[in-house]
Amino acid sequence: MAWRVEVGLKEGIRDARGERVKREIREHLGIELDQVRTIDVYTIDADLSPEEVEAAAQGPFSDPVIQCYAVNQPLAGQFDVLIEVGFRPGVTDNIGRTSREAIQYLTGRPFADDEGVYTSVQYLLTGQLDETAAERIAAGFLGNGLIQRWTIIAEADFDRKNGVPITVPKVVSTAEPKVREIDLNVSDEELMRISREGVLALNLEEMKVIQTFANDPKNQAERAEKGLTAGLTDVELEALAQTWSEHCKHKIFSARIDYEDGEGGSETIDSVFKTFIVGATRDVRAAKGKKDFCLSVFKDNAGVIRFNDDWSLVFKVETHNSPSALDPYGGALTGIVGVNRDPFGTGMGARLIFNTDVFCFASPFYGEPLPPRLLHPRRIFEGVVEGVEHGGNKSGVPTVNGSIVFDDRFAGKPLVYCGTAALMPAEIHGQPGHVKQARVGDRIMMVGGRIGKDGIHGATFSSEELHEGSPATAVQIGDPITQKRMFDFLIIARDRGLYNAITDNGAGGLSSSVGEMAEDTGGFEMHLDRAPLKYSGLQPWEILISEAQERMTVAVPESKAEEFIALAKEMDVEATDLGVFTDSGHYHCLYDGKTVTYLPMEFLHKGVPQLKLKARWENRNYEEPEVNQPLDMDATLRHLLGRLNICSKESVVRRYDHEVQAGTVLKPLVGVANDGPADAAMVRPLPDSFEGVVVAHGITPRYSDIDTYHMMACAIDEGLRNYVAVGGNIDHVAGLDNFCWCDPVQSDRTPDGEYKAAQLVRANKALYDYCLAFGVPLISGKDSMKNDYQIGDTKISIPPTVLFSVIGKIADIRKGVTMDAKRSGDLVYLLGITRNELGASEYYDMLGHLGKNVPAVDAASALQRYRSLNQAQKRDLLASCHDLSDGGLGVALAETAFAGGFGMHVDLRKVKCDEVLREDAVLFSESASRLLVTVKPENKAAFENIFAGQDLSLLGTVNEDRELRIVGLGGEILVRSHIDDLKEAWQAPLREM
Amino acid sequence: MSKQVRAIVIAGNGTNCERETAHACRLAGAEVVDIVHISELLNGRVLLQDYHFLNLAGGFLDGDDLGSAKAGANRLLHAPIKESNEHLSEHLRKFIADGKLIMGVCNGFQLMVKMGLLPALGGDFTQHATLTFNDNGRFEDRWVYLKADPDSPCIFTRGLEGMTLPVRHGEGKLVVDGEATLASIEEKHLGVLKYSLPDYSAPTQEYPLNPNGSIAAIAGLCDETGRLFGLMPHPEAYVHRTHHPRWTREEDLPEEGMGLWLYQNAVRFIRDELL
Repeated sequence: MAWRVEVGLKEGIRDARGERVKREIREHLGIELDQVRTIDVYTIDADLSPEEVEAAAQGPFSDPVIQCYAVNQPLAGQFDVLIEVGFRPGVTDNIGRTSREAIQYLTGRPFADDEGVYTSVQYLLTGQLDETAAERIAAGFLGNGLIQRWTIIAEADFDRKNGVPITVPKVVSTAEPKVREIDLNVSDEELMRISREGVLALNLEEMKVIQTFANDPKNQAERAEKGLTAGLTDVELEALAQTWSEHCKHKIFSARIDYEDGEGGSETIDSVFKTFIVGATRDVRAAKGKKDFCLSVFKDNAGVIRFNDDWSLVFKVETHNSPSALDPYGGALTGIVGVNRDPFGTGMGARLIFNTDVFCFASPFYGEPLPPRLLHPRRIFEGVVEGVEHGGNKSGVPTVNGSIVFDDRFAGKPLVYCGTAALMPAEIHGQPGHVKQARVGDRIMMVGGRIGKDGIHGATFSSEELHEGSPATAVQIGDPITQKRMFDFLIIARDRGLYNAITDNGAGGLSSSVGEMAEDTGGFEMHLDRAPLKYSGLQPWEILISEAQERMTVAVPESKAEEFIALAKEMDVEATDLGVFTDSGHYHCLYDGKTVTYLPMEFLHKGVPQLKLKARWENRNYEEPEVNQPLDMDATLRHLLGRLNICSKESVVRRYDHEVQAGTVLKPLVGVANDGPADAAMVRPLPDSFEGVVVAHGITPRYSDIDTYHMMACAIDEGLRNYVAVGGNIDHVAGLDNFCWCDPVQSDRTPDGEYKAAQLVRANKALYDYCLAFGVPLISGKDSMKNDYQIGDTKISIPPTVLFSVIGKIADIRKGVTMDAKRSGDLVYLLGITRNELGASEYYDMLGHLGKNVPAVDAASALQRYRSLNQAQKRDLLASCHDLSDGGLGVALAETAFAGGFGMHVDLRKVKCDEVLREDAVLFSESASRLLVTVKPENKAAFENIFAGQDLSLLGTVNEDRELRIVGLGGEILVRSHIDDLKEAWQAPLREM
Repeated sequence: MSKQVRAIVIAGNGTNCERETAHACRLAGAEVVDIVHISELLNGRVLLQDYHFLNLAGGFLDGDDLGSAKAGANRLLHAPIKESNEHLSEHLRKFIADGKLIMGVCNGFQLMVKMGLLPALGGDFTQHATLTFNDNGRFEDRWVYLKADPDSPCIFTRGLEGMTLPVRHGEGKLVVDGEATLASIEEKHLGVLKYSLPDYSAPTQEYPLNPNGSIAAIAGLCDETGRLFGLMPHPEAYVHRTHHPRWTREEDLPEEGMGLWLYQNAVRFIRDELL
């Protein structure tokens, strides 16, 4: 029978969760309540005695000091409306899983397969609110209809004796596993209907290639031998759709593109990925020769570079945009624990050392009406931040670097970038750690979580724009603890030499992980019915492609299989033998002994036809605006500091554990009050060595509105600039590109597809040009190409955005530099030249203009500057160093001053410009490759000597008086602000988030 | 077992800080430091009695899903040791009775409190205190100042006036079951570390100096023997100068981090009293 245990706080105990909910209901929905109290509810569906339930309620479920409990009766005291929110059947319920384990420890008896514990939270609201308001609170804040269900009960209707009726959200399925055969000898319209209704995301050409395959007599004969008929099975079609999805196959990046440059020139590009990304790395590595530090690029789950003789560094950045649009918390949580598996599943496996995260949102204060199915940006902000918080913190991986970019077009789709770095032994059992290979005869072991319907069609769904029929099952909730247990186990298994290869189960589930690993051997045979399920009733195709989380696929030699499974069992991890890697040449799945897929590996992996795209660049004759220089420059500076893209993100940063593992030596918040904005993070991953890892990023989507070529160049420069600012070695740094684009395929729905494709080409050209010029190899990356929202006539496309992440090395962390001014009397220098480059700047955007002069990067002089900076850092000549980005010199001066707790007196007439510029241009131009440094007076000569012949401006001094004083071009005082006022303007906007 | 100080750090099911905790023990001079997965203890292959210093590291045991460390405490209290009639909790009691040392940090502190190991007034191991949600309802990572009680029996804080360490938790507010418990804690000087003003002059209830609203500003608690000790801030996160958030500007910071002192005291005590 089912039991209901309610746990609430004792009288007089502060309900911090309730208070927070009350506050957030006011902030999100504008509904003012008198009080919110919360009660945890455990619905136990298991064969237990009343004494056992009582013991569970008393023991693990409640805390005797602060909580009380009730079994099968309500705890609710006074309230006006009660809202109880629980999960829908089949949604991952982590607390429920832990509750079940706790009861098992208590009784010493395992639960049966169909027994379980389900959790929900009861909110007791007090205050003036009608039915509509209660529904708004439930649907618009407390719950998410995609994954949760709720009950709303007014006080008058509440059954004080029995409380909320017991509901058990168990998945009940009477469906018999069945394999359907699909007739592909149908009209083109019918083929497209099959693709669309099955969420296969295959286009007509691809469907026709599959049709031709199915009709080939040789294939038919081969398949007949395995008992398959002429049509393909649903399992096969799903396998093809996953493998060929944009998400997995990167069809746009692999497309043949006819590009016209708008000035009469044209060319054909056979895959921008091969030409510009792989090409850049190939050419950079060749130029580096013996100094090449790349170990594994593009071929594995993450890129690998050399760290030192004994250790290699692994890094990967992913996006999880589409799921985060539907369920921000679950989407982002899954994003972070998902990207954790990439470095972990690289080579023979690596230990995670830090996370990074970058989000792109619309303003949380967005006030316009939203089109259907879009969540309010504030809700997305809160959910994503909390998801990454839980995912990162619980996994014990410090979140050391990140940023948040705001643009209202991200209301159509938020971008959630999550990155993870790891450390792997350079050698494992005498072999390079970054190399792995499954061997014929190895067992296919699935390790970790079980399979459910969660995450079905994730890969194909994210290959489409967000539309009305976007499936709810695409959303998953990550489980950091199950994953942590699995990682603890796998690291031991690795060190004991129990496997030959490992990979992650991410997009496409087993279909992708086993399919890709089997490329090593040339085939596999997998028994889908052996896979452990969360609940019964899954169809074979669902088992194959489910993206249920926290799973890895491991190739275990037959001789080690027993030891592998025994170790897993002992460590409370599930490991299941699903079959064997073969050299049959076939992707062979069975269910109950009957063949359900029999596809040639070659067709699956190489059969997808190359996409053909047209790209046409137009020079959109933008103009520089005619604006008067603001009269009150102090106020202008404060306004800029309070812009969402510039202001402090401390409230978010503090919610991430950024120093677990005790390696974070340069933290995200620096300065006298630990609240200044660090440019990059530095991590010391090995406690017995002073070698460090530096990580930073660049992201400049605003510039895409003028030219994506310069957007890309500026993102690369910004990433490297941040990296060298803290001390990263410019000659030992690698890049990762994460493209998030709007659909660039010309169609009725995307009439400007050719322009968007040209934007893509131009960004890739810049990627090649600047990686080569800076000598930075690309080691991994990802693209997400359908970041559009389209329902009815409303279409919102994100601005083309590339996150350029960089990771590299510093030989000695003790040479690290932070951005805060250190002492009165130090000299203030600007490195680099300032140009009339206000196009798409924060300053113009604030004034409502776009402009034309987007910043351009001069890589040669920048590289010389960055190398000189490394020299100065090695010789301890810098007191502080801060990069100039959004808001230009004005913002960098203010941040350096208030982070350090000192004033600064500087003279704009000293700023080196390439032409005579107005004061607002000198202060707010976003010219690239510039850095602001402070230097002790006694180091003046040594410092200037290093930069001899380069663009160097001595602007003034750091002062005791806590005033930022800027002398204008006419010698007048242009800005005179107390640093506390500037800091307040910078901290206020997102302080309460 | 010769003359070696032997420390154990238990790992698994969501611990996160085992590696840096082990490193701190090594730096402090412990000769043997083992990170042991809990399954090794539950299988009886590793025995607690072979160690002097038990470290319960920070993390999120079982995701803190039932409240911080609740499910973890339930496991330690009820999990049997394979193929024996014994429970891990009995081994733990024996360890304590032998006068050995336990330090719990963050989640490890929450675990000790919820198992009744702290404050253990009068040697009574039933739960009289708890650690619950911070007053602001959020997880936070920030550095705090801690004032040590010179009259405390705590062996870990001997000779210590104050220290600065990071807190990284969402459930660090100490609450007790009544006035009497608090009075006993204060009277016996068991609330050995208190969130304080930056000059260590006085404890404070002011946010963010007191990051969670803990009663009597208590950040760390010991039992009456001074050998069982737990604290929310992370001493293992400040064992070197470069851990300090302002090491790039405070030029006179000593090479050794303040957190290390607690481990050094433990090792010294073991060498003097237990070997």
